[in-house]
Amino acid sequence: MFKFKHPEYAPVHVLLILGSIFMLFPFIWMIATSFKSQDEILTTSKSIVLLPDLARPSFLNGEEETARIERKKEEAKAWQAEQARPQAERNKKIQAPFHWFDNYLFALKAQPFYRFFLNTIFVTITVTTVSLFFASLAAYAFAFFNFPFKNAMFMMMLGTMMLPQQALLIPNYIFLSKLGWVNTYMALIVPWLASAYSVFFLRQFFLQLPKDLFEAATIDGCTRFQFYYKVVLPLSIPSMVTLGIFSFLANWNSFVWPLIVTNDTNLRVIQVGLSYFSSEAGTRWGPLMAASTMTILPLVIGYFVAQKQFVESQATTGMKE
Amino acid sequence: MANKRKKDWGAYLYLMPTVVILVAFHVLPIFYSLAVSFYEWDLIGQPEYVGVGNYSRLFDDPMFYKSLWNTVYYAAVSVPLSILFSLIIAMLLNNPISAIGLYRTIYFIPVITSINAVAIVWNFIYHPDFGLLNKILAIFSIDPRAWLQDPAWAMPAIIFMSVWKGLGHNVIIFLAGLQNIPRHLYEAARIDGASRWQQFRHITWPLLSPTTFFIFTISTIGSFQVFSQVYMMTPRGGPLKSTMVVVYYLYRKAFEQFEFGYALAAAFVLFMIIFACTLFNKLYLEKKVHYS
Repeated sequence: MFKFKHPEYAPVHVLLILGSIFMLFPFIWMIATSFKSQDEILTTSKSIVLLPDLARPSFLNGEEETARIERKKEEAKAWQAEQARPQAERNKKIQAPFHWFDNYLFALKAQPFYRFFLNTIFVTITVTTVSLFFASLAAYAFAFFNFPFKNAMFMMMLGTMMLPQQALLIPNYIFLSKLGWVNTYMALIVPWLASAYSVFFLRQFFLQLPKDLFEAATIDGCTRFQFYYKVVLPLSIPSMVTLGIFSFLANWNSFVWPLIVTNDTNLRVIQVGLSYFSSEAGTRWGPLMAASTMTILPLVIGYFVAQKQFVESQATTGMKE
Repeated sequence: MANKRKKDWGAYLYLMPTVVILVAFHVLPIFYSLAVSFYEWDLIGQPEYVGVGNYSRLFDDPMFYKSLWNTVYYAAVSVPLSILFSLIIAMLLNNPISAIGLYRTIYFIPVITSINAVAIVWNFIYHPDFGLLNKILAIFSIDPRAWLQDPAWAMPAIIFMSVWKGLGHNVIIFLAGLQNIPRHLYEAARIDGASRWQQFRHITWPLLSPTTFFIFTISTIGSFQVFSQVYMMTPRGGPLKSTMVVVYYLYRKAFEQFEFGYALAAAFVLFMIIFACTLFNKLYLEKKVHYS
């Protein structure tokens, strides 16, 4: 990758690499901390120790090793006792010795993160797929049909993109509480099933499709829905994928709305769960970093998989936001 | 076809799901919130009409002015800083160098991650005793600070983190803008003996101005609505309320103190300010933008 065909660009690389370190170090620090014990984290030494103390077990002498085995036995007993009464589990503090994934286990015990994950995945996938379907229907109508108040409708659509989100939070909360939807999945999902941005984005793409195709197909007896289903949708898969990525990211990271419309633990999405865990865990930095890592990692992995598609679409559509 | 289908109400079948949801959750709420801002209402009792009472109370509320000032401070520092750094990075990336895709990926990672998770990480980085920042500063024998607990440093710390978080987004947009500037202009300038600074001043900056204008407008709107990082990093408005911003203030008024009418009045004032800023950008600043 680095062939240095142009040695005159070496300073550019140096600056960019320094910048990259700056962009990445919080994540590296986060992952490193998530594998450290509270003792390791709370050393007040001024040196920066990045790697967790992996060599620790090999330094133990015979006595310490026996003590450690004893502790493990006690731990196992305590664990069995806990299994009998899982309610008490929450208040249990993790005892030394520390193992690699203890912070992760602590976080998973303190808050039902698996439940938050399932909620987030359910809400994100539902909103992404249904809003794409609705938006493509509306964009299809705007691109191919002429109907009364078409321009007024389109202007209204664009107008909603200019309104600030926070002006909507309170009236929507009032509206949802009248509907009895506060603390339901409906509140997390329904308001986001329509996206003016997606309609606008897809309309621009549909307008590039040849109109002749539409007329030829209708003359041949193809209904409008068949044309949408059999011609327009298959042709627009690339732009649907791009939009789907945007929508997925926005929903996975959405925080303020779910924070306001839910306070039931069973309905919490990952971002809200993380924020509650953050105020609960206080200074337990290891588990906090583990929880952050769990929240960030699925997205970063997904990003690396879809990277090419994503950066290119971001570059071309960013100007139309 | 245009005339044949003019009375085509059937098209509304396709529009219906989107339009119904948009009207219910995005259009009507605006009118509704304007109406409620003239009432005193805790959501449970009867709303009581107070006319412009909420607004006149707002303009006598020192905490509202404080939150407004903090928001302006945040916007005025974070927007130019972000533009400066992202422009520098984009110009470095606009060279014919290898591994450009890798760099782009790296600079974009903070953008895709959630603000809450990175706020937790930065809380730890800023920690007075165990945080990475103080450890790095110790290498240069700079005294440690309690960044988020110090009224003078809490807001700069949040701004620094926010610039880091949003940098990649602007880099990508600037890069697209830079790649639209024709190469031959630079070659001609070089032949005429223009220095690098002159090339930047007379070619890059004016030709990039539509992109810069776009980023400036979008970032200003976004920075007036800053909330999540403030909520996560400095609970209850920070030391001496030094990070109390408008959206956090109206969040507290509505969802902690249940003064919905008052909070909506604050939301409307904020909306008017954002609108005025955008209008000013559009009418005044855009005159200086060079459109080819």
